Amino acid sequence: MFNYDQYLRLNKFPLIWCSGCGDGIVLKSMLRAIHKLGINKDEMCMVSGIGCSSRLTGYVDFNTLHTTHGRALTFATGIKMANPKLHVVVVTGDGDATAIGGNHYIHAARRNIDITVILFNNFIYGMTGGQVSPTTPKGKRASTAPYGNFENAFNISGLAQAAGASYVARATVYNAVQLEKYIQRAIEKKGFSLVEVLSPCPTAYGRRNREGTPVDMILHQKENSIPVSKAESMTPEELEGKIITGVLVDTERPECRTEYQRLIDHLKEEK
Amino acid sequence: MSEQKAKKKDVTITINEAWCKGCVICVELCPESVLEMRSGKAKVAHLDQCSACMLCELRCPDFAIVVVDNSKVDQSSE
Ligand SMILES: Cc1ncc(C[n+]2csc(CCOP(=O)(O)OP(=O)(O)O)c2C)c(N)n1
Ligand code: SF4
Ligand code: SF4
Ligand code: SF4
Repeated sequence: MFNYDQYLRLNKFPLIWCSGCGDGIVLKSMLRAIHKLGINKDEMCMVSGIGCSSRLTGYVDFNTLHTTHGRALTFATGIKMANPKLHVVVVTGDGDATAIGGNHYIHAARRNIDITVILFNNFIYGMTGGQVSPTTPKGKRASTAPYGNFENAFNISGLAQAAGASYVARATVYNAVQLEKYIQRAIEKKGFSLVEVLSPCPTAYGRRNREGTPVDMILHQKENSIPVSKAESMTPEELEGKIITGVLVDTERPECRTEYQRLIDHLKEEK
Repeated sequence: MSEQKAKKKDVTITINEAWCKGCVICVELCPESVLEMRSGKAKVAHLDQCSACMLCELRCPDFAIVVVDNSKVDQSSE
């Protein structure tokens, strides 16, 4: 057993999420990762936007901020700039981070600010009843795509990588141990770190797309996951519909708050 | 809360029925068929088969199932 209670606001339980929603599995993985790092609760600040996934901040006994839709990263940026000692973790959905918040997302990655983003990708706007999101795969149904989505989808990990993130990993809730490991590394890493987690939404996405029970959706992740090392030698056709899991980026780049401090120190010296 | 103790392996499984949403994840993904559904909630049916692999606890989205391997209880108390 792992003692999750020490990090939870138990008076807020049971969780609001639907039966079989993957978000609770991600929450547990996050808590185990934070525990392994031995981070003091007062040094952790968790920030979320709006959405089912963003409700997570209400359940954890850290410094928490539940902000407005799409703006979690802007609040988080302010927190990190003002108090760089805090570990700042952003909890966000695919809609929150890459639709309304897409601009902030690419710029936080460009600045390479020392923030960890746990992005719950369920391919849909869960909270508002299943509208199409920037990650809804082509052909999949949503309330606003009743005949199937005709748009191209974002590769959100690729987006963070292209914009300049230090660390990018993708995982599934099926492999919760791997997920925990990536979250741990992402928090440890100095710079903008993204863990994209595929978290099943049986209610707004699965039901509409006939993906079966929560167990079916989790097993589908298992059957379709391809480790990044293997994916490298596969063609785009072979990778169609597959989930490439693993560490996509782990590199060193100048970090925003450190560069800012360097400038402050330099200007002070000149006086 | 229902609590049961294993016969072979010294394991205790606790299911918090107030939090269990009956998603069946723990039941169907248990490699040893230890668990089953009864009246919409997970129940321990064959505790003697439990290998203490912890997969059910790892994957329960609702913090509703806790597995304690009593042989390791000193090391894993946190
Ligand atoms: C400014 C603003 N626009 C729209 C909404 C309505 N709204 C609430 S949550 C949401 C999308 C949630 O989707 P996602 O971020 O993917 O999170 P999920 O619920 O799937 O976890 C929208 C559009 C809002 N709350 N505020
Ligand atoms: S609507 Fe989807 S994402 Fe939201 S709680 Fe339900 S299953 Fe989870
Ligand atoms: S610990 Fe493993 S074997 Fe025991 S009930 Fe859970 S999943 Fe089944
Ligand atoms: S995984 Fe958790 S919530 Fe789902 S049936 Fe099992 S104990 Fe209940």
